[in-house]
Amino acid sequence: MIAYLIKRLLEMLPTLLGITLISFFIMHLAPGKPTDILTELNPKITPEARERLEKLYNLDKPVVVQYGLWLKRIVKLDFGESFSTDRRPVMQKIWDQKQSLLDRRLFITLMINLITFAIILAISIPIGVSSATRQNSLYDKVMTTTVFIGFAMPSFWFALLLMMFFGVYLGWLPISGLKSLNYDALPLLGKIWDRTGHLILPVFISAFGGLAADSRFMRSSMLEVIRQDYVTVARAKGLPEKKVIYKHALRNALLPLITLIGLSVPGLIGGSVILESVFGIPGMGQLFFMSVMTRDYPMVMCILTIGGMLTLLGNLFADIGYMLADPRIRARQ
Amino acid sequence: MKGRPLRNVFWRRFKRNRLAAAGGVVVLLMFFAAVFAPFISPHNPDDIDRKHVLEAPSLRHPLGTDDLGRDVSSRVIWGARISLSVGFVAVGIAALIGIMLGAVSGYYGGWIDRIIMRFIDVMLSIPTFFLILAVIAFIEPSIWNIMIVIGLTSWMGMARLVRAEVLSLKEREFVLAAKALGAGDANIIVRHIMINSMAPVFVSAVLGIAGAVLIESALSFLGIGVQPPTPSWGNILTLGKDNIEIAWWLSVFPGLAILITVLSYNLVGEGLRDALDPRLWDVEI
Amino acid sequence: MTKRAFLFLLILLIAVNILGCKEKPAATIKTSSENNSDEPAYGDALIVGSIGEPSILIPMLAGDSASHDIAGLLFNGLVKYDTDLSVIGDLAESWDISKDGLVITFHLRKGVKWADGAAFTADDVKFGYDTIVNEKTPTAYKEDFLQVKKAEVVDKYTFRVAYEKPFAPALTSWSGIVVLPKHLLKDADITKSEFARNPVGLGPFKLKRWTPGQELILDSYREYFEGRPYIDRYVYRLIPDLSTMFLELKAGSIDMMGLTPIQYTKQTNTDFFKNNFQKFRYPVFAYTYMGFNLKHPFFQDKRVRQAIAYAIDKGELIDVVLFGLGSPATGPYVPNTWPYNPNVKKYEYNPEKAKELLKEAGWEDTDGDGLLDKDGIPFRFTIFTNMGNTLRKNAATIIQWRLAKVGIKVEIRALEWSTFINEFIDKRRFEAVILGWQIGLDPDQYDIWHSSKTKEKEFNFVSYNNPEVDELLEKGRRTFNIEERKKAYFRIQEILAEELPYIFLYVPDATPVVNVRFKGIKPAPIGITYNLPKWYAPQKMQKYMVEP
Repeated sequence: MIAYLIKRLLEMLPTLLGITLISFFIMHLAPGKPTDILTELNPKITPEARERLEKLYNLDKPVVVQYGLWLKRIVKLDFGESFSTDRRPVMQKIWDQKQSLLDRRLFITLMINLITFAIILAISIPIGVSSATRQNSLYDKVMTTTVFIGFAMPSFWFALLLMMFFGVYLGWLPISGLKSLNYDALPLLGKIWDRTGHLILPVFISAFGGLAADSRFMRSSMLEVIRQDYVTVARAKGLPEKKVIYKHALRNALLPLITLIGLSVPGLIGGSVILESVFGIPGMGQLFFMSVMTRDYPMVMCILTIGGMLTLLGNLFADIGYMLADPRIRARQ
Repeated sequence: MKGRPLRNVFWRRFKRNRLAAAGGVVVLLMFFAAVFAPFISPHNPDDIDRKHVLEAPSLRHPLGTDDLGRDVSSRVIWGARISLSVGFVAVGIAALIGIMLGAVSGYYGGWIDRIIMRFIDVMLSIPTFFLILAVIAFIEPSIWNIMIVIGLTSWMGMARLVRAEVLSLKEREFVLAAKALGAGDANIIVRHIMINSMAPVFVSAVLGIAGAVLIESALSFLGIGVQPPTPSWGNILTLGKDNIEIAWWLSVFPGLAILITVLSYNLVGEGLRDALDPRLWDVEI
Repeated sequence: MTKRAFLFLLILLIAVNILGCKEKPAATIKTSSENNSDEPAYGDALIVGSIGEPSILIPMLAGDSASHDIAGLLFNGLVKYDTDLSVIGDLAESWDISKDGLVITFHLRKGVKWADGAAFTADDVKFGYDTIVNEKTPTAYKEDFLQVKKAEVVDKYTFRVAYEKPFAPALTSWSGIVVLPKHLLKDADITKSEFARNPVGLGPFKLKRWTPGQELILDSYREYFEGRPYIDRYVYRLIPDLSTMFLELKAGSIDMMGLTPIQYTKQTNTDFFKNNFQKFRYPVFAYTYMGFNLKHPFFQDKRVRQAIAYAIDKGELIDVVLFGLGSPATGPYVPNTWPYNPNVKKYEYNPEKAKELLKEAGWEDTDGDGLLDKDGIPFRFTIFTNMGNTLRKNAATIIQWRLAKVGIKVEIRALEWSTFINEFIDKRRFEAVILGWQIGLDPDQYDIWHSSKTKEKEFNFVSYNNPEVDELLEKGRRTFNIEERKKAYFRIQEILAEELPYIFLYVPDATPVVNVRFKGIKPAPIGITYNLPKWYAPQKMQKYMVEP
């Protein structure tokens, strides 16, 4: 088991390297030097000062060397300083030690995605299973239709509709941010309630799309498994239907789903850009968008790399989950 | 795997699937709307009207007007042009890259295969939208850049599909026969293998169009897609968000257009997949 | 988990809730009090909504308006503007200007203290001056101070500045930009100091706490030299989106914000609004314009520029883009201020005249394709503007549509700001732009119009060159006599209106709204927040209780 883990981690390294390569490459796509935005803040900056800045960022060295130097730094998780006017260290902007954990950007994005994940799992599995067992029934048809619509629904549109209905028209739910303005004055229970209220719409929107795909997949996976011989055998043996489905079929049908879920991690992280910008959530996605718009290259490279790392981690967990679930793989190790 | 009788069977199956057929009809309708936009739109989509700014739907403006007094229904119709062209071209580019890389990877195997597969892994590990966002913002949004960038980031699925097909086909007899007869690699790949593996690629392409339309709308929604005054469903939705309290029509209609488009392409794609999937043919022939 | 454990947890939660380890709130809500008058009273908190977050609180290093909003409350200057735009003393009680206009001697107030208790002296002014002219300081505001020949501390409360040549904007340049606490910063590198996010100032407010991404809390400075501000606390709340901000305003969570034109005209006319809020409207000290690259062959002929001006309907622009909340601009000054010349050439919407002028200049549609052409070249050009500014984007769109009607094809490119500046403005790779300028309170606009200011990164990026204007600009800044200056600036406006290096489009109105409980607000050409320390909420209307 450990050996497998180590092997997987080692396999991840070249991929990680590739991710850093692409992130670095993006930075140099734009015309002009990456430090132009800094020199621009000083309309009277002298040529010497400009040179000094370029030396500081190693821009006078060949690109390959620049890449190597950057890699050396990020191994220590030092992504340099943000180019935006506050010049804070990049890592601090997504993970500020001085802020409460709940307010740190990386945490916020992770938290929303994890909750979304949990909800998707919790709901898509039962829906998938029940659709499979009631194949072609009215229930199945209704579910299929809903799922298809969910799949095709642009998330930002759905968000706007729900915001209009629940936020503006009914006034039940807040439409932006993670907490109300008077959050600090609330007692603990009030705080929990407040945060939950703010999370309802974003998490729902975030989960909706994933629900569609995963429950559909679960359904077809179940359908395939049900057709297998061993299921027929189990039924022939006289086992109660419930046991057949939940104990035998489900376990096997889950396996491909785990892989699929692992693959959906980058989608969720990428989707956080739109979600956070529509709902005004101060997470990593919103920061990414702002940094891209202001050409804050160190910030952009950091978030791309971290996004990539999170995806790899997600895949790793999916693999581990798969291993734990499938005894055949465990046996092989 | 060729022959007319089979094609008929496939077509019949597809038509039987009502949803897919409905989707197909919508796809065709949209296509015509986009092509004939100048003739069917009630107003010029660029006409500014200071007296009718942000008006609710009325007889004169069936879907309302936007913040410059322009007719929303006309802009939605013209928006179809943008969305569909981005969809088709982006997917075309993705297909080109995906098929080439997948075929080469599957056919030659060895280290070429390993490098390409690794490259695919890397591309799949970076959140696609982040990548597209960064690239578009850095090289400036224009409709061509958008098409190219979406194409450059959506080929991975097709590459894998093609590779799988090639892998399974390359040991088949007809391929070995062609080799024995002295046919060159390129010849084999293109004439024998690819023709037979087109089916799943086609399905993937149809579904990919839906995806590309979604991405283009998302980019336009964020303000880095199509530029003014060109109408795109996404950039009308941006106005919807900014005026959420007083102009519901700006939020509802363009989104509906996106939904219907994506839905119909998805239905057609799924329908195609079902019709082409031999495993589901055991019920009848 | 067992049912018992669950119950236990629930009880624990409720207990914690009741016993409440609360965090200290920004301000707690007051219960009503007995005092019934409308008299100025101390207390309450003003909560202001903002889309942007400050980045640096040191005035000379700050580039964005959010930073200046806050820094302006923390730092004062030697002089400031009165409501009629005359110059009055701030930290300087009085000043003398030598007969030849070359030396200004400031007599500083005594007894002013920095928020940490240290005394404010002329040393602080000298220190600020030294810092701002230091080449290592990345500031955009150096220019005015580079004109100084010598700055010296005469004694603890007297500061003297000598200029190479008489420099009219000199007096007002000594604002809050250039006064810094020497005792705290003298050995620090100002760009790296913690001071930027945790400053010590001497203005009416001091920074209590900055929660990045959320809010800044400023407490009133009880020993402020003009007297303790009535409002005890100023909270700057970050809400990235104007629609949300508006909802929060209506819900009472914020007290003040800048309304969008739509909100002002369509969403604030209900009784609820009239009873609970006060709206204000006054022209901003800024204008939006369309600038031409005067080195481009198309735009070198004055008739072409004038034709384009005739082809644009400014009234339409104001009605649609600003919902009527603005006025047409005819030059680079705000109406109703002393430098403004109301009698310059105006360009009413007249597309026929536009076509006529274009024809005179050689532009006709010879091939019948709807586009004007000349010598085989079609009349098409690109307007650049910056991304993210809806008003400018809309203005550009309307102009594009109007110009199409006279046969000119315009493309619009909205670029991200730094690319825009670096790749296109600085390198002069543009045809036309739609941008805006903030108008300084001093009418000197040398940097924008003088023919010498055309180097890379300087502000005369349209390459305007008119010797008469150059001379007038010099004249305007070399005398302190208002009548002389007025003559010069009036003539400059006449010339600019005739030559149109820019088409001056409009001066937008600012439309702030403040909760009705705040009194003492006196709208003036310079805005409403100039006398913020004098705003108050009468005792009976106060909402928040501020714990020191």
